[in-house]
Amino acid sequence: MRTVSRWFQRNLIRIYAVIAFTYLLIPVGYTVAFSFNDGGRSNLIWKGFTFDNWMNPCGAPEVCTALSNSIKIGFLATLFSTILGTMIAFAIGRHKFRGRSTTNLLIFLPMATPEIVLGASMLSLFLTLKINPGFWPTVIAHVMFCISFVVVTVKARIASLDPRLEQAAMDLYANEVETFRRVTLPLVAPGIAGAALLAFSLSFDDFIITNFNSGTMTTFPKFVYVSAARGIPPQANVIGSAMFIIALAVVILGQIVGRKRAVK
Amino acid sequence: MMSKSGISNPRTPYLLLLPGIAFLFTFFIWPIANLAQTSTQTPIAGGDTGEYEQTLRWANYLDAFLENKEQFGRSFLYAAIATVAALAIAYPLAYAIAFKAGKYKNVLLVLVVAPFFTSFLLRTIAWKQILGEQGVVVPFLRDLHIIAPSTTLTSSAFAVVAGMTYNFLPFMTLPLYASIDRIDPRTLEASGDLYANGITTFRKVTLPLSMPGVVAGTLLTFIPAAGDYVNAAILGSPQTKMIGNVIESRFFKIVDYPTAAALSFTLMAAILVLVSVYIRKAGTEELV
Repeated sequence: MRTVSRWFQRNLIRIYAVIAFTYLLIPVGYTVAFSFNDGGRSNLIWKGFTFDNWMNPCGAPEVCTALSNSIKIGFLATLFSTILGTMIAFAIGRHKFRGRSTTNLLIFLPMATPEIVLGASMLSLFLTLKINPGFWPTVIAHVMFCISFVVVTVKARIASLDPRLEQAAMDLYANEVETFRRVTLPLVAPGIAGAALLAFSLSFDDFIITNFNSGTMTTFPKFVYVSAARGIPPQANVIGSAMFIIALAVVILGQIVGRKRAVK
Repeated sequence: MMSKSGISNPRTPYLLLLPGIAFLFTFFIWPIANLAQTSTQTPIAGGDTGEYEQTLRWANYLDAFLENKEQFGRSFLYAAIATVAALAIAYPLAYAIAFKAGKYKNVLLVLVVAPFFTSFLLRTIAWKQILGEQGVVVPFLRDLHIIAPSTTLTSSAFAVVAGMTYNFLPFMTLPLYASIDRIDPRTLEASGDLYANGITTFRKVTLPLSMPGVVAGTLLTFIPAAGDYVNAAILGSPQTKMIGNVIESRFFKIVDYPTAAALSFTLMAAILVLVSVYIRKAGTEELV
């Protein structure tokens, strides 16, 4: 009886994990499957298999404009938030200074503020300043909410570094700049890369803050939301599936490169 | 753990901080302050829609709250249920990845994050179609008489909460995994050696050691869930409107900025109070 219950206990959690993963991946599977649907403009019911949507991903009106806006915004937001956030992370992780806990609070607050409040407050500022919502206000808003996530991610990496590595470099007569460039930065680089990836995916997938600050400009999530009422064209599923595959490839590639480096 | 550079030039940290902090002051603190200002404005007599003047009308807060207390209650209730459900789903999952996955650990972690990359709106709409009238689930359950012919799965509070649980699950799983993975398995063995059974070991060893992950995960789920309006808009009905839906429509459809601002502020204040009480109770301050 005891062994039976032990066996059950040991495998219950595995069975459970399988169910949980199925739950997580069902909508992804659905999205990918319906990217091959020959369903015409409203992609609600399965009508037959086709490659047409994949051959012609820009076939639905607006969808590629929306996609290219999202990519541009994501790229700019990632660039600026990664630079600003990494600098803050180094200041907090590597230096003692007055106002450190206030800085920590200022980093924590945007993450503890619901997106709708961030979005609404930025729009109200832009309206007060008579700045029209659109591309750049959206970029600025995205940089703002990505910074904190970059800081947290990079800071964690800095905290996990062995300080003896830097001391060793200094002992070997490397000056501060050299030590930073040849020891600290390469060691922190994976953290920065991870932070940039996180920032891009947060920006690319953001709907609420974007909806407040983008005015009439469309982005991919906005396109999906607006077309939901009359049925989402299968091209949107193609783009969603492609993003999924690309991101998966990037992550797996990163893992392989990381492992090779570790072996070296 | 301070490096020598901190000693050699005391200005370095401030130079590193300056651009980022200046940015956050301009585009986080200033907007919030501006929103606070908007929240006490009233319409200009005889002005156009969307024109307001500052009259310091604090009663805006009371009016906004009383008018929408149902939606407030719903937001916090739905967010709380979704957070607990996500914790219940994610904890065993994170535990399984940390302790039972062996060499497949990284693959499974990627699978947890993977749904992130398909737009969350596409996934939410996928749920709507899977659970909707034309999906496979509803006719199946009706045939089996598990649900009544008139019962629907979408356009309900259940669907909204389920959608939120689903969408925020990775936010719960990742911090949980990070803190469970750090637990030395020998501590669990030691607990067993001291004649603790599985439940006692979990209650006295595993759970306390994973508390930082529980706190971080619940916050990362609860905060966005309480302010969410997308799940309610796609999976809900007019009876499941949350405070986010109200703020959104006040801003865009009714152009009632002061009420939207007052509601946003009340939401933010309520969340900050809850979060700080929770962090204090849960006993971890090292979150960021």
